Amino acid sequence: MLRSHLVNLVVFALLVSTVFATLLRDTNRERFKFGAMAFLAFVVSTLVIGWMTNPFPR
Amino acid sequence: MSQSRAVPATRDASRTVTSGLLAWVWPGLGHLYLGRFGKGLVLMGCILALFVLGVLMDSRLELHLGLEDPLAVLFSAAQMGVGAPYVLARLLSSPVDLSLMVKSPTYEYGNTFTAVAGLLNILVLLDALDTARGIKGRS
Repeated sequence: MLRSHLVNLVVFALLVSTVFATLLRDTNRERFKFGAMAFLAFVVSTLVIGWMTNPFPR
Repeated sequence: MSQSRAVPATRDASRTVTSGLLAWVWPGLGHLYLGRFGKGLVLMGCILALFVLGVLMDSRLELHLGLEDPLAVLFSAAQMGVGAPYVLARLLSSPVDLSLMVKSPTYEYGNTFTAVAGLLNILVLLDALDTARGIKGRS
């Protein structure tokens, strides 16, 4: 079940950013904007940190 | 005069307590009780999806008590934040050899998903309490 790291990351980021957007913003427009930003922040920061740690496997 | 004010205050307090309890027992139920149907359903769907995916990825749902491993106690508390789904998952899961479970390639992902689902449900509970008290506006 969900053995791809990238799929896990995307599913996790999508669900968590949806909850944050629903809780922290009041209108649907604001929620969509905040959720999209949070989702991108999750995914991009994880990929950047993963890429930076690539030379140090242990 | 003071009696007529006391009755709505008691009703408000019971509404707050009920919404808080429902929010903990089942994710999103506190918001549904308060009439925030859209918000409640979105929160319920997301948190249950996180928790169910975590269980399907062989999360370790073990109850830790005592102070020999404080981080494991915190981890258990985080998982239990999701409420009744945690109890259901423990009741429905067959006793599995822990050493086999830890060897599952998705075990760590499962742990993260279930613990985050519980922690998010605690935030949802606090939001339901604020909504019931009128601290947060209708949304």
